[in-house]
Amino acid sequence: MSDSRRCESSGYAHNLRVRHRLGSGVVLTLQAATAVSILVLAALLASVLNQAFGPVLIENAVEPSTLAVDGRRLEDLAAEELVAILQANLSTGLLRRLESERPLAQRERAALYGLVVERVVQPHVVGTWSLSDWVFARAAISEELERRPGAWLEFRAWLTPRFLASPQSSVPEAAGVRTAVLGSLWVIVITLATAFPIGVGAAVYLEEYARDNPLSRLIQTNIDNLAGVPSIIYGMLGLALFVRKLEHLTSGALFGLGGPSQNGRTVHSAGLTLGLLVLPLVIINAQEAIRAVPRSLRQASLGLGATRWQTIWHHVLPAALPGILTGSILAISRALGETAPLVVVGASTFIAVDPSGPFSKFTTLPIQIYQWTARPQGAFRNIAAAAILVLLAMLLSLNAAAVILRHRTTRRARS
Amino acid sequence: MNHTGLWRGRYREAGGRLALGKRWRPGEALVERALGACGVLSILTTLGIVMILGREALRFFRSDGVSLREYLLTTSWQPAAGQFGLWPLALSTIITSAIAVAVALPLGLGVALYLSEYASLEARARLKPALEVLAGIPTVVYGYFALTFVTPLLRGLLGRDVVEIYNMASAGIVIGILILPLISSMSEDALSAVPRSLREAAYALGATRLETALQVVLPAAASGIGAALIVGVSRAIGETMVVAIAAGSGPAFTLNPLRAAETMTGHIVRISGGDLSYDSLDYNSLFAIGLTLFLATLGLNVISRRIVRHYREVYE
Repeated sequence: MSDSRRCESSGYAHNLRVRHRLGSGVVLTLQAATAVSILVLAALLASVLNQAFGPVLIENAVEPSTLAVDGRRLEDLAAEELVAILQANLSTGLLRRLESERPLAQRERAALYGLVVERVVQPHVVGTWSLSDWVFARAAISEELERRPGAWLEFRAWLTPRFLASPQSSVPEAAGVRTAVLGSLWVIVITLATAFPIGVGAAVYLEEYARDNPLSRLIQTNIDNLAGVPSIIYGMLGLALFVRKLEHLTSGALFGLGGPSQNGRTVHSAGLTLGLLVLPLVIINAQEAIRAVPRSLRQASLGLGATRWQTIWHHVLPAALPGILTGSILAISRALGETAPLVVVGASTFIAVDPSGPFSKFTTLPIQIYQWTARPQGAFRNIAAAAILVLLAMLLSLNAAAVILRHRTTRRARS
Repeated sequence: MNHTGLWRGRYREAGGRLALGKRWRPGEALVERALGACGVLSILTTLGIVMILGREALRFFRSDGVSLREYLLTTSWQPAAGQFGLWPLALSTIITSAIAVAVALPLGLGVALYLSEYASLEARARLKPALEVLAGIPTVVYGYFALTFVTPLLRGLLGRDVVEIYNMASAGIVIGILILPLISSMSEDALSAVPRSLREAAYALGATRLETALQVVLPAAASGIGAALIVGVSRAIGETMVVAIAAGSGPAFTLNPLRAAETMTGHIVRISGGDLSYDSLDYNSLFAIGLTLFLATLGLNVISRRIVRHYREVYE
């Protein structure tokens, strides 16, 4: 009796109120922490999008009005007059080269006009701004516009189909990601061809065949350790092993391919290096998928007289395949975004030729982004943002495929 | 029915006796060996890393003008002048990782606590994919973010002459955001692994939700959270692209995070991205740095697993 009266005393109730208020205060902090994380993600995406579109200031090297003949504008001139302009303004070496490709007199008027614009007028970007600048820094943009008479402002989206189809170039307006995307795809193919069979094989061994002895425990610990090694260490391993030691293999000399300047810095080395990098990931994911297959399935198969391998090949692996594929897709996403190991292995700093096979020099999309981000000129920042959008789109589609696969497997498992 | 015809030659020896003993199947043994080889390949990878790093690093330390004592104790890394003291690079790595953990630990733990103790199922379903997206963004994009967003922000907040264009603080902050999903997901696993009975007992004794979370669940999950912290540190130390883009490209021995200073990983990337002649002193020095990095991250990962094994609370 007296106890309940003591509980109703104001001290206890007051204490409770304070404790609850403290609780709600802390919940707000936790929610703030979560909100900050989401905001940072939004800020990242926004800053990339911000740089990928924006106004550009374009200036001509030679004003078209100065090329007018008898008061007629450049667009209205006839073919012979355009040829005359070209001959007056281009160097003899360039003229000779153009003549040898196709004589100027034989070209169509439209082609000649394009040539005049590209070679004589030479519009080029002298200033770029981001979307936020266009909204908030209009004054600065107009000021720059005033400073350069004859320049004009244009709103440009840096991510265009032409951007996707053009090869690398030292001029930011003309540069594209084609070589980089093709290089990435080639490297991923070799990575997958290396890591998938070996990874699934090792996972099958560890889950189905290995007894609980020190060797298999060592292998398991080893795989867990390898998953935590920084990616640049794999790059150094690849450099010393695949690029130098196995140069005859990776440069194609073993197969008789490759020119005299061929060295081991090829797509092949890159693929093998990344294959080693994602191998622990593939193994761990495949192990989990195989472990998830119910024992009853295996026991039923063995009970009907199948051998161990027959059980694995015909029953366990097909059941675990969706999980294994999901894991492989995650490994590919990881490999697609890797930059440091490939820089160490020797991606080319400037390559304008598409990779033609596993023994060609290469560059990949993340490396391209890295190189463009490191350049000081403003326009490189913009095309780096456009390339980031391409990379994120590739990763998004990969992850969407993984999610769809996961949904399909859970649906099939439930039905 | 008489199936003797079907079984002849398979399970019937001469004389008609059934022989159902276990047959020798060479295919099975071959498969087991082949798969075992795949498993052993992972050990070969580790051996390869250790051997190659060790051999080239040994070659570095055996060269003229280089000594282990100079490497470990001096504070100047200028290969052109023949000085190979690791401390500028190591200090920069430590500072950026410390900033990263200072950012990621409170945020990550906060997110983990919120998701495991307070959030409703719908909120969890919407927040976890967002964190997975953060985890899946390539590090080069984070580097771009550091250079184009965080650095101007810092320079705007603290002054253009206080913060250099390349500085360790932006790199550290962005690495913190990078390891945030890692810490939060591992912490959340640890917090969720604490059995409901513990929480319900605390509620039954009159504790509020906050008191249960902070005084009962958090200590119970301490080993997992400690492991998450150490794994986060290990990841931050090994991070390359963010520091290569945002932290500067020259070794500098400084404690001021607002100045540029190259880290170990950034140095490796910069030197190997340029023209590199094999077996030069510069080339071998990279492997010495790589060996240091490998040993540090390996040590941290081993420690984190030890912590989990020794301090994990075992419930029924």
